[in-house]
Amino acid sequence: MDTGRRGQPTTAIISGSKGVFGRLSDTASRSFRLLIRRKSGVVGLAILVFFTLIAIFGPWIAPQDPNALSSFSGSIMAPPSSEHWLGTDDNGRDVLSQLILGARISMLVGFSAAVVSAVIGSLVGISAGYFGGWTDRILTAIDDWFLVIPFLPLAIVLATLLGDAANSLPFGRVLILVLVIGLTGWAGTSRIIRSQVLSVKQRMFIERAKALGASTPWVIRKQILPNVLPLIFANTVLIIALSILTESTLSFLGLGDPTRASWGQILNAADSSGALAQGAWWFFLPPGICIVLVVIAFTMVGYAIEEIVNPRLRERS
Amino acid sequence: MSTTEAATKSVPVRHLPSDTLLEVDGLSVAYRDAADTEVKLVDDVSFSVRRGEALGLAGESGCGKTTTALAILGLLPGNLYRSAGSITINSERGIMHVDRRTERGLRDLRWNTVSIVFQGAMNSLDPCMRVSKQIEEAVRLHDSDIDNVGVRDRIKELFESVGINPERATQYPHEFSGGMRQRVMIALALACKPEIIIGDEPTTALDVMMQAQILELLEELRRELGLAMVLITHDLSVLAETCDRVAVMYGGQIAEMGPIEDLYYRPQHPYTQRLLGAYPAVGGLRELAPPIDGVPPDPSDPPSGCRFHPRCHKCQDICTTSEVELRRVGDEQVARCLFAPWPKGELDPLGVPEAR
Amino acid sequence: MRRHIFVKVGIALGTLAFVLVFNFFLFRIAGDPEKDLFRNTKLTPDARQALLEERGLNEGLFTQFRIYVGNTLTGELETSYSSNRPVATELREAIPNTLILVGSATVLSALLGSWLGVIAASRRGKALDTTVTQGSLVLYSMPEFWLGMTLIWIFAVTLGAFPTGLKSDPGQEFSTLGYYWNVTQHAALPVLTLALGLLGQYVVIMRSALTDVLSEDFVTTARAIGLPRWRVLRDHAVRNALLPVVTLISLNLGFVVSGAITIEALFSWPGIGSLTVDAIDTKDLPMLQGIFLISSAAVILANLVADILLVYLDPRVRVS
Repeated sequence: MDTGRRGQPTTAIISGSKGVFGRLSDTASRSFRLLIRRKSGVVGLAILVFFTLIAIFGPWIAPQDPNALSSFSGSIMAPPSSEHWLGTDDNGRDVLSQLILGARISMLVGFSAAVVSAVIGSLVGISAGYFGGWTDRILTAIDDWFLVIPFLPLAIVLATLLGDAANSLPFGRVLILVLVIGLTGWAGTSRIIRSQVLSVKQRMFIERAKALGASTPWVIRKQILPNVLPLIFANTVLIIALSILTESTLSFLGLGDPTRASWGQILNAADSSGALAQGAWWFFLPPGICIVLVVIAFTMVGYAIEEIVNPRLRERS
Repeated sequence: MSTTEAATKSVPVRHLPSDTLLEVDGLSVAYRDAADTEVKLVDDVSFSVRRGEALGLAGESGCGKTTTALAILGLLPGNLYRSAGSITINSERGIMHVDRRTERGLRDLRWNTVSIVFQGAMNSLDPCMRVSKQIEEAVRLHDSDIDNVGVRDRIKELFESVGINPERATQYPHEFSGGMRQRVMIALALACKPEIIIGDEPTTALDVMMQAQILELLEELRRELGLAMVLITHDLSVLAETCDRVAVMYGGQIAEMGPIEDLYYRPQHPYTQRLLGAYPAVGGLRELAPPIDGVPPDPSDPPSGCRFHPRCHKCQDICTTSEVELRRVGDEQVARCLFAPWPKGELDPLGVPEAR
Repeated sequence: MRRHIFVKVGIALGTLAFVLVFNFFLFRIAGDPEKDLFRNTKLTPDARQALLEERGLNEGLFTQFRIYVGNTLTGELETSYSSNRPVATELREAIPNTLILVGSATVLSALLGSWLGVIAASRRGKALDTTVTQGSLVLYSMPEFWLGMTLIWIFAVTLGAFPTGLKSDPGQEFSTLGYYWNVTQHAALPVLTLALGLLGQYVVIMRSALTDVLSEDFVTTARAIGLPRWRVLRDHAVRNALLPVVTLISLNLGFVVSGAITIEALFSWPGIGSLTVDAIDTKDLPMLQGIFLISSAAVILANLVADILLVYLDPRVRVS
């Protein structure tokens, strides 16, 4: 009896091995333990937890509600004071509140878009890798093509075209952001997933399962997915970081939702209201700092998880 | 004494017998592991090479032979360092205390006193540089007065001596086949007229025919130019053809050393006996013995007593507890075994020991 | 080798063709060209009708496509909604400005980034390496436009050392030399911002490439010959590590045409990026279509150049 992954006997095919969620939680806990060991890991995780809490409890923490009419009472572009810790914006609203509430949208969009990317990328990658042949060739060609197309112009074009339709939906503009970022960012993921599927496919136990009459969905669910999900997980974390950056860029360019604060949206407001010329640093510095912190945190955590999933990477550092 | 060693004037100059070219004395090479413990990869190794002599250095992967070779050139990588012992070269240009030299002093002796031919494979030569340019680089480095014509002639001379058409000198390394590339490496190694050449598994990546050709070439050149040679390999049959003396290494130590005939017909260390049994003798009939069981010892946690005892077919209780020194077992032969010299009847590699 | 190049050129043209098709269908399907014609308030009803017929909007999809392809290939890219000038003209005027920005920034970041990468690799694991690597991570995690804002605030607003935007001081008469100097002053901050944003990639690529190369046998050979460490680095290691760096440079040149969008918007630099932002604000679809085409073409071209360059630089590829 030969052994499959990490010494697990391949009779596990029949009895059902660790399974999808088992593998995932296994990776998660190992990542956690590895992260904790390093100082950078602890800091990264702490930052993520901090901002996630702010995102969740935002409305209760923020001193002001930026959409309430009463908020427009402060002096315009005032520097930080005891009343407004981060000063006010060009409409007299409290910047700190916008920052706190902005965390919600920025992180939510980043996360959702990454999930969309992950889903599309995984579907494409798994299909291409598993089915091979013409399916693979076509999907890989599409994938290559998406990698060639400049990402930002495509996102801009899509967001503009869909913009009108979006205005009629309640969360329309935010949804557009999620969709556009997700649709344009899946190409790298699918490539990685595909090669992983190919290497899993080469192992004997898949052939045996098929010979025993296992159906395609079963094989995919019980054998391919458990071996591929940890990689998807690691990759998604890194994509979240990228998505947050993209959201800020799109919002800055005016493609976001002007009625909802996000860090990119605040920067947009800062730029167009001339905060720069007036030296109103409290308006534009904090949102950027938040973005940098969160992106670094996700990137560090993502690299750490990647190292666990792909041990070859560990040697390189 | 060269100027680079003037600073060490207070330390006595070593004297070597006039016909000894290289002397390695008590050399140990180690690194510090994560717990800052010293781990020895080479442990108290001593050997000497006379002018014009060929010494073979045999042993399995990880026994420390390449590390020893790199130490001779002062090229220990990264975290490895010489923890004990000395390396002395009795060169025509004077006595060189390799272990005492600074990096600058070492650069002075590299290539024009000692050179090395690596295991050819793909990448011992810079893939982006023409072969002639790489040889030229070496030549000019150690002979600043040479002119373009001199360089060109030298390259031609070198290529001819290794049997390659000199017109190929302007080609890139990947344009040569494996065997030809090794010849190029040999040409490079001879470029600055060294006194001793080290061959680190120079034929391992080649097929048997190529292997024979390269060995023959090395032999020829060695005799013509009066070079001394240290030939490192894990394949004893290679040494049988070319070497005068052989040192067998195991676990960072010298297990046995002596003239090739003595080692061949009267191997005194069980490891040597098994090694000889594992390869067919050239020109003789011997049954192929099975490869030796077990794995090489872990340098950070070597076996107690004799390092070879876990894999030794003649191991006895005392072998597991006593440290073993090299003991003289012949005129010029030494072996690190408590039971050496073995009676003639027990030199058979597969012999079953009497008591256990 | 020539055949290799022909194949690459063929693939590039094929991809370009695909972009054309995609571009067409994207705008037809997701947008509504007929309705959009009404957006252009400067068009008279007659002109609008003429345009409708010219583009075959009252006819079948295939006819429209045929007209579209024909127009694109002859360089006619419709008319901008907002400026009422041909898109092609606007682009033609804007491209050189973007190239100035992107070109300078790429040179700056490639040189600086490679140098830092060499330092980091040759002192791997030590303090300098960690500093450089962490610094690159921080730069990479910043939105480049935010970095630009910070730099503007520090150098232009607070210190007054640089102008806050545009390509040159408006309404001024310059001598030729004076003009170049003025443009340089205006370009300084945007170029610096763009370069800093790109820096991280070069550091990482050079560091990783050089680390790989330094573990190769020929580096040991070079040292065994007697070369000092700096010469081993310069003459053997770095040259081999340059291959992936050069590839990255060429690829980047393609992408930064689009990556300069936010910088140009921030600094009001009159390049393609500014055109893009204006087009977003006014929903100028023909302009966006043209920009999408140009930036895709730029990336495809850059990829092709990268492939060809590699053939010439890597002797191993050349002979096979």
